[in-house]
Amino acid sequence: MATDDLGFLDRDFRAYLEQVLDLASRRADQAEVFGVQSIHTPVTFEANRLKLVETKETRGASLRVIVGGKVGLASATRLDAPQDLVEEALAVARLGGPVAYELPGAAAFPSLPLYHEDAASWEPAAMVEAGRGMIAALLEENGELLCDAHLGKSVEGIALLNSRGLAAGYQKTSVGASLGANWIRGTDILNVWEEEASLRLDLDFGNLVRTVAEKVRLAERTVVPPTAQMPVIFTPKAVASTLLESLEMAFNGKLVWEGASPLAGRLGEQAFDPRLSLVDDPLAEEGVGSSPMDDEGVPARPLTLVERGVVRAFYYDLHTAALAGVPPTGHGRRGLGALPAPGLSNLVFSAGETPFAEMVRNLKQGLVVDQTMGAWAGNTLAGEFSGNVHLGYLVENGEWVGRVKDTMVAGNVFQALADILYIGDQAEWVQGSVRVPPFCFRSLGVASKGRA
Amino acid sequence: MESASEPVALEEGEEMRNRLEDALKGHQADYLELRVEEVESTTLRYRGRELEEVGRTLSRGGCVRALVHGGWGFVSFNSLEDLRTFLALAIEEARLAAEGESRLQEVEPVVDVVRADLVKDPRAVPLEQKKALLDEYNEALWASSPKIQTTVIRYHDVFRRKWLATSEGTYIEQERADVTASFVAVAREGNDVQQATLSLGSAEDYGIVENLHEQVADVGRQAEALLTARPVKGGTYTVVVDPILAGVFVHEAFGHLSEADHVYENPRLQELMVLGKRFGPPELHIYDGAAVPHRRGSYKYDDEGVPAQVTPLVEGGVLVGRLHSRETAAKMGERVTGNARALSYRYRPLVRMTNTYIANGTVPKEDLFADIREGIYVIRSLGGQTDVEMFTFAAAQAFMIRNGRLAEQVRGVNLSGNLFETLMNIEAIGNDFQWGPEGGGCGKGGQSPLPVGTGSPHLRIRNVVVGGE
Repeated sequence: MATDDLGFLDRDFRAYLEQVLDLASRRADQAEVFGVQSIHTPVTFEANRLKLVETKETRGASLRVIVGGKVGLASATRLDAPQDLVEEALAVARLGGPVAYELPGAAAFPSLPLYHEDAASWEPAAMVEAGRGMIAALLEENGELLCDAHLGKSVEGIALLNSRGLAAGYQKTSVGASLGANWIRGTDILNVWEEEASLRLDLDFGNLVRTVAEKVRLAERTVVPPTAQMPVIFTPKAVASTLLESLEMAFNGKLVWEGASPLAGRLGEQAFDPRLSLVDDPLAEEGVGSSPMDDEGVPARPLTLVERGVVRAFYYDLHTAALAGVPPTGHGRRGLGALPAPGLSNLVFSAGETPFAEMVRNLKQGLVVDQTMGAWAGNTLAGEFSGNVHLGYLVENGEWVGRVKDTMVAGNVFQALADILYIGDQAEWVQGSVRVPPFCFRSLGVASKGRA
Repeated sequence: MESASEPVALEEGEEMRNRLEDALKGHQADYLELRVEEVESTTLRYRGRELEEVGRTLSRGGCVRALVHGGWGFVSFNSLEDLRTFLALAIEEARLAAEGESRLQEVEPVVDVVRADLVKDPRAVPLEQKKALLDEYNEALWASSPKIQTTVIRYHDVFRRKWLATSEGTYIEQERADVTASFVAVAREGNDVQQATLSLGSAEDYGIVENLHEQVADVGRQAEALLTARPVKGGTYTVVVDPILAGVFVHEAFGHLSEADHVYENPRLQELMVLGKRFGPPELHIYDGAAVPHRRGSYKYDDEGVPAQVTPLVEGGVLVGRLHSRETAAKMGERVTGNARALSYRYRPLVRMTNTYIANGTVPKEDLFADIREGIYVIRSLGGQTDVEMFTFAAAQAFMIRNGRLAEQVRGVNLSGNLFETLMNIEAIGNDFQWGPEGGGCGKGGQSPLPVGTGSPHLRIRNVVVGGE
């Protein structure tokens, strides 16, 4: 990292953070200031036209104090009264929860290329041009579509100072683009979207256009699938949006320690298909979730959660690690208004061996699911999911038959990941921080107005 | 020092007004709007036996929005030092997006100050007292069942002061409070974990979180009961929906489509949503309005300074109205409804629902179950989602109905509907209208959770797809 890790901070803001720490350190056993200085610049297209250009600046600080073994938190975006923030934090700490950890001191952090000049200097006019280009190209494929697009960049700075001498931070760029198509025929409405995110300006706009166009084309015909158990292929996008929440909860050290995770007590057990490996990698150069340290100042390092189907580790922040009596793993994540909690950086699934086209060819009768809706509303803790197939297709005898609608897909994430037919040979980055291949699950519940 | 401190005053009365109005002068734009917000909040969170977090937040920020030839620019910030620079940036952005004509429905400029009218002000309750009450609830949760594995309790109160000044002469200061609490019980048996939740909210009364011991204990018992309920079998069913889930149903099934920003630039959708079109049976009446008093989605002015009202959306089963911002109203040639809402100063206003409800019907609840050979009674909500045509709404608790009677409990009941069929499939509307507990919120365009209210009587709906194995 740079000689002055906090050199990116505006001078006034840095002075404020240092003043807060100084005041708090005199009154608390331990004190820590977490500062965020970010600027986000998105442009928005709606119904084929540029609608809005925005700039969002955020500057705020959280103060954590530990007094007599109890923790308190206060946060502010009013940065004119450091003493007030300190008084608020000390006042709530008197009632705070008990903690038994020490904040980490200064450390050697891995050096990571997180700030990219091409991303930082991507101007709104260039985003507008890229957005217009995507929409024009998509309309050339199908002139009846109404397209939405979002393009934007963020430059985010994180600063962490504590009473044990830590004064570290980093600045990170990220860019993103999404493209959506709306197609209405009669009372039939189709919405398809794709998105990409990256730390550097290497977005593939042409790929977004081609992917959306292909998914629209495959949806030209609508069919009704039977109500039955059948094999279902989840695209990388569907895995990330539908199945991830249950996995994130199951490996969360806090839920494990409480015994609420279905994987609690199962370290070393073969809980998943032996072809499945899962690593949280905060050092992945392509992942937008990367960082040299977590939000508590613990150096970041990759953590293998699943190795060939065997549960190998859970992830912890400082507090939870102390409760569970294990070393912290560098997974303390936080926003401005709350204490850190265990959270992942970049979740990387191992790829399998089967090309996607071959998976589809091998289906006698099954679904390909790309977007689901409402699947989060259920007992995700136990891995149960039941969601509307928002964009999905029926495949029969290896052929794409058409789009399915008014159809639900249901199952259990843990059972599904223990009973996999095929894993795709290509893992893709989804949402910028998940790298995942397509999966073909042996048997999920499909319910529709079609006959059982 | 007492932690429930005095509200932080930024600048009082005239000084703030002068500052905002001065900043708005002398720019070249079709319309400018400046909002400032000060927020003070308290959070208490329990996990398991312990209080895990006590937090206080003092937030201040603002935003400007500029309209130039149909294009919008928006800038949000935390430092209020240099408002004119932010305005200039927003205008520059709007020029980049300018490729048409600026159209906003005309409204009378409003100058007003709206103070929060609180039944019981959460700021007046000492933090120690809030903690003591939550300690009791956590005890009640743990005592409710031997199967309890862990609990989560979250309490949050917010007091917000908002200022709005526009280039058209509107200047409004509004105060708003918000109190929410949620209680989660996780029960475990072997490798099976089940959870139940209660969440409540109010814009005016700390009292909603008081005297909940019995309701909280019931959450633990519900989690335990789910351990022995079997997963529902997927398929198509006739369902009886309780008023709380029916409120979520109307929000998802119809409310979102009535937001005009989905339709105003989509000619084909406009054809599908033409006023006068039939969507449901003659007994169906749907309304939305922030002028409904004392609900969590209630307010006097929206974030464009338009006065709140109650808007009929469906009357006699026929589409009669929709929800607007000034822009969507102008572009569709309809009247403003006061539904432009922003989650905070970090966001532009979008067309949002407020308090959305199905008006009372005439059928006694017990008659709704009669002659259902096999169906499901679905109770309370885990949430829902819509893409405008298809939607989902998930039940927190569900029982099979067999031959008109309640039978065994089932779990994992998520229901799917389609706008163009499901409202027409409402077979009966109960006579027991009830507002929901309002603890959740609505998400749209990355702005979540926005406080909303929902309400309905019991409904009976046929031919609903339910997910399951």
